Amino acid sequence: MSDRVRIGIALFAAWGLVLAAIAAAALLVGADLADHQRAVLLAILQERAASVVLVSLLLLVPLVFILNALFRRYVKAPRALTEDIRIMLTANPAHRAPLRGSAEIRQLAEGFNGFADAHEALKRDVEQRVREANARIEQEKNRLAALMSELAQSVVMCNVEGRILLYNTRAMQLLRKPLAGEAAAGKAHTLVGLGRSIFAIFDRNLIIHALETIHERLAQGIRGPVANFVTTAPAGQLVRVQMAPVFGAATDAATDAATDAANDAANDAATRAATGADAKDGRGGITGFVLILDNITRRIESGNRRDLLLQTLTQGTRASLGSVRAAVETIAAFPDMDQAARDRFIGIIGEEAQQLSAKLDETVSEFADSLRNEWPLEDMRGADLIAAAQRRIESRLGLPTKLEAVDESIWLNVDSYSLMQGITYLASRLQEEFGIREIRFGLEAAGALAHLDVIWTGAPIGTETTMAWQTDAMALGGEASPLTLKQIVERHNAEIWYQIHRPSHREFFRIAIPVTRPEEASWSTAPAGESRPEFYDFDLFHQPGQTPEQDTRPLAALSYTIFDTETTGLAPSGGDEIVSIGAVRIVNGRLLEHEVFEQLVNPRRSMSAEATRITGIENAMLEHQPTIDKVLPAFAQFCEDTVLVAHNAAFDLRFLRLKEEGTGVRFTQPVLDTLLLSAVLHPDFESHRLEAIAERMGVNPIGRHTALGDAIMTGEVFLRMIPLLAERGIRTLGEAREASQQTYYARIEY
Amino acid sequence: MGKKILIADDEPNIVVSLEFLMKQQGYEVKVARDGEEALAAVAAFGPDLILLDVMMPRMSGYDLCQKVRENAAWQDIRIIMLSAKGRDVEVTKGMAVGADAYVTKPFSTKDLLARVREMLGE
Repeated sequence: MSDRVRIGIALFAAWGLVLAAIAAAALLVGADLADHQRAVLLAILQERAASVVLVSLLLLVPLVFILNALFRRYVKAPRALTEDIRIMLTANPAHRAPLRGSAEIRQLAEGFNGFADAHEALKRDVEQRVREANARIEQEKNRLAALMSELAQSVVMCNVEGRILLYNTRAMQLLRKPLAGEAAAGKAHTLVGLGRSIFAIFDRNLIIHALETIHERLAQGIRGPVANFVTTAPAGQLVRVQMAPVFGAATDAATDAATDAANDAANDAATRAATGADAKDGRGGITGFVLILDNITRRIESGNRRDLLLQTLTQGTRASLGSVRAAVETIAAFPDMDQAARDRFIGIIGEEAQQLSAKLDETVSEFADSLRNEWPLEDMRGADLIAAAQRRIESRLGLPTKLEAVDESIWLNVDSYSLMQGITYLASRLQEEFGIREIRFGLEAAGALAHLDVIWTGAPIGTETTMAWQTDAMALGGEASPLTLKQIVERHNAEIWYQIHRPSHREFFRIAIPVTRPEEASWSTAPAGESRPEFYDFDLFHQPGQTPEQDTRPLAALSYTIFDTETTGLAPSGGDEIVSIGAVRIVNGRLLEHEVFEQLVNPRRSMSAEATRITGIENAMLEHQPTIDKVLPAFAQFCEDTVLVAHNAAFDLRFLRLKEEGTGVRFTQPVLDTLLLSAVLHPDFESHRLEAIAERMGVNPIGRHTALGDAIMTGEVFLRMIPLLAERGIRTLGEAREASQQTYYARIEY
Repeated sequence: MGKKILIADDEPNIVVSLEFLMKQQGYEVKVARDGEEALAAVAAFGPDLILLDVMMPRMSGYDLCQKVRENAAWQDIRIIMLSAKGRDVEVTKGMAVGADAYVTKPFSTKDLLARVREMLGE
């Protein structure tokens, strides 16, 4: 209803009321008059009817003035004030309401202006603080970056799903992997990168085991728990790894729990279980972990040499001394032996004495430069080790386990992962080769040694078999280990053997291992969780892992590998081959220009003149390059866990698919094609060539027709497509794939 | 008649003394230079006692010992392990795989002879 109409209605209502009041007064007066008086009055009024009507109409004029004034003061003024408040609140905090309308409304406006002053000051203050805090964080980040780059160790930080949040240059150098068979040529690609999975570098079970160890220590109330293990880097170096947990802020625990619940379906159950996002002693649960890596290859080598020296020294000495002593005692015991026999014994004594001296000299000179053995063994309760082995055997092999007598007080000095791996390996062979249906464990003290027994009942297995098991390279469910059981046992200064207890039909492997006393202090080598600097503001901490449920994820949240190939020609089935692969990654909506893959490939056939003209790649450039069977596994590793993106992906994929059989590398991840996406976005444009799209999207073409150049350009184009797709309601990977499939271009087959 | 003793050791210098000593005691002696030769000798020679070195080529003393103990016919053979390996775990393993005694080198020949005599019930 417009203001005019409202005023009109009010006017007539007021007028009606006044007239009604006058009429009522007239009726009352009329009722009081005598009949003849009333007749006289009516006659007078009837004569002047026109005047009466005129007066009543004139009554309208003052009413209009009064109503207008009232409306201005009590309706328009508050309404204007409301507008002012809205401006102060949203658009311009410096705006103030002018004083208008009635005294009350003016007071109200003054009050609001006071509030606005306070609000503006508060806002300025908050902004100032935010700026300061951001500057501080930025500074801390820079300091951290400087510190990390100067560290002698390699550092990698991951979230609980094992995605890398942060790494330093040394980590990148250490964790490179040579292309198969190309190590000598120095061709290698790095495996670390933001958002990449650490499990592509280290065995998943190893990491999970270390996380479990940390959890158990936390449960035991140990402050600042860390876990150590030794493993091999992709290029074969021995690496000692120290893992320390990263805790979420305590106040975040509730939010974390909510996020966890939302992400549960998508997350790797095993990692989650190992990290168990539970809040302990006021801290948030473990949200990630830091790995500090130390290349100990050389130290281990020298340690092994020292061990070897020590062993040859003691054993060699014992053997020589044994011979000397026996010879001397024999001569003494038989003084009347003949001269020839006596000469022989004296000869032996002289010879052994000389050998002893030589050995001693050799050892002294070599021992001087040998270092201490740095193989880290950790103190662990024997019962805990057995419990861990039980869990592993039951979950991995589905083989029931039981405990016999276990001495809870025994502590061992072990590399728990490898020892457990060894025990599980034994169990798996017993299960596979002899159908053993239950494994039992025993642990008892025997002087300075502990007897850890792996026990079963069944037909006797025989020493021949058990000896072979000890020296075979261990393999467990497709997981091969370079170690043998014998090596693992030797590393622990232990011995292992197979024994039968005939009366009870029990058979067992006994591992005799030196016992140790626990040293609480040895665990707390890292500072306690509270005092560690807090650099948790990495977005990837909240990045869910990537799993088959990817289809429901928003496009903006996924990690991508954008790639392109150059080929000898256009007919993959006609014998044309890949000559170059270039790829770049997008993580968290950012194109990571420094995490690229670029490799020329020897096609083992020659380039056509046309292909050379387009790509600029000549035959001579390819001669000494690795062949596709070497390059493809490395490329597959580069794309692991990401969505593949290419322009005209069907063409590139056709080449890759043809190589799957020969190389054993399969590309099973989801694929998006910028050509199809462009057709989804602009169905009316004729050209969906990369250059044309790039021009439409405002992307500068750089390094065109090199695989990497095209990949980067495709990546830029793809990033710009994501918001445009969202405008059309295409937000998730699944929706993007569906929309792509419905375009005309998707039906073209190569 | 004299009892038979098999000496299994790959170090000739100790074998010379052991052989001389055992022969002086009137035992019939045979020498084997490695594990497999020793196993063949157990079957062919039928010793009453074996002086067994732990570290031998082709088959270790531990393995040989376990093989002997697996054969029911050879349960009465006494085995004395001689070894330059003297750690606890090695002694424990030696006894566990079926040796009757474990003697660490260097050893007293007099004591060894006494052990041998005692084991052969003399």
